[in-house]
Amino acid sequence: MSGGQVTLDRRPVLRGIDLTIEPGEAVAVLGANGSGKSTLIRALLGLVPLSGGSTLLYGATPARFREWWRIGYVPQRLSVGGGVPTTIREVVASGRIARQRRLRPTGAADRAATARALATVGLAHRASDPVQALSGGQQQRVLIARALAGEPDTYVMDEPTAGVDAASQQLLADTLTALVEQGKTVLLVAHELGPLESLITRAVVLRDGCVCHDGPPPQAVGAHALPGHDHVHPHAEEKPASPLDWRPAS
Amino acid sequence: MIELLQFDFMQRALIAALLVGLAAPAIGTFIVQRRLALLGDGIGHVALTGVALGFLTGTAPVLTAVVVSVLGAVAIELVRARGRTSGDVALALLFYGGIAGGVLLISLAPGGSNATLMSYLFGSISSVTVEDVWVIGLLAVAVLGVVGVFGRELYVLCQDEEVARASGLPVRLLSLLIAVTAALTVVIAMRVVGLLLVSALMVVPVATSQQLARGFRSTMLLSMVFGMIATVGGLTSSFYVEVPPGAIIVIVALAGFVLALGLGRFVRRSRPQESSP
Repeated sequence: MSGGQVTLDRRPVLRGIDLTIEPGEAVAVLGANGSGKSTLIRALLGLVPLSGGSTLLYGATPARFREWWRIGYVPQRLSVGGGVPTTIREVVASGRIARQRRLRPTGAADRAATARALATVGLAHRASDPVQALSGGQQQRVLIARALAGEPDTYVMDEPTAGVDAASQQLLADTLTALVEQGKTVLLVAHELGPLESLITRAVVLRDGCVCHDGPPPQAVGAHALPGHDHVHPHAEEKPASPLDWRPAS
Repeated sequence: MIELLQFDFMQRALIAALLVGLAAPAIGTFIVQRRLALLGDGIGHVALTGVALGFLTGTAPVLTAVVVSVLGAVAIELVRARGRTSGDVALALLFYGGIAGGVLLISLAPGGSNATLMSYLFGSISSVTVEDVWVIGLLAVAVLGVVGVFGRELYVLCQDEEVARASGLPVRLLSLLIAVTAALTVVIAMRVVGLLLVSALMVVPVATSQQLARGFRSTMLLSMVFGMIATVGGLTSSFYVEVPPGAIIVIVALAGFVLALGLGRFVRRSRPQESSP
């Protein structure tokens, strides 16, 4: 991503944000609930209208942007819609849509990419099962596979770790590490980094709709508890950690 | 069955029924997935104004119904896209406007009365003319063509509008396309089951196959089969038993749904447990 600058004015959600994601970066947007993390990445893509300022995707405004295949957007959760069943393969294959021409039928390259994406997230053996039968973590894998199938340059993920079991989190971390090594750009929103911590090269921390930290990610897990630790992650606004709020040992 | 085909009116009716049974569930699958199951009803009400307008101006009611219901569908879509909060109220306003407009206009038409509207409200498939069959055929081809050409994009749109936008799809155009296609379907089905029952053919076969199918494509294909069984089966039985075809078609479709509900539960139970942690 060569230029993504957002300045949001007069909106309580995001209040004037300047942010540029460079190609090859692995950026995490962190912050408390309601700090505007999800809104930020959706505004970056032009999915949320800006009340002020502008956003550019690879140098073009979202309205003028034509190379949508370069972006793989992973929403927070799989929307089941009106309840028409759909198989895992159908959802993953739909990730190819930005690369497909309208009248051209689905080709061998599309099928191969879909199969690769399914194998990467470990769901190849269940490809003809309806997505409605999956658990939250597995649905998240389907969403990631859909983005993988499109073979984009930049992955934009909204809370890929929220409500996901430890095994799926580790799988996500491994997949993203491989993508970053291939030179892909990753921008993700997270509440807790967990196993993603090692691959993140830059952290942007939001607080009340403003960037209050932009730079190297917060220190390793243990450092959160150290006194005098000066990162600006707004712990005070988070709900207190419950006994269920555990993290796999790294 | 053979003696049925000896009557010209029955041949025409069967062709019309077959086309409607095929086209309505095809677009209906997308509409159900988009949580717009009542869209067909809304358009049906508006189409009534179109029918009355046809009688008033002396043009073919099917043509004016196409024009007015397409306009109505576009209006519904614009209201839906603008503000989600008052969307259902705006839809309701359009429903009432459509019915009232229809009744008002038909009373102004020479020789027109509410009885004229009855055949459109509840269908009159046995009075389908050769021209009607051609119009229905053309519209059905248009509806199936839209599903064939834009199916992939519509699938993404109906699944998640935001993902569709992030994939660079023309979301507004596709949304209008769904609405317009639904309007065309309403007009096709108007003669077969009537405006008040149109939506049943777009929704019930889909709900039926939802119980049995596992994928989106299979749901759609199965619903088209169910749609044809309902329309042709209902029409055939109305030939032997003196009942209105529109009503019996919908009852057949609903009976199919109840059957599928029980069968689906049985199929799911006999299947190995799917959800693992």
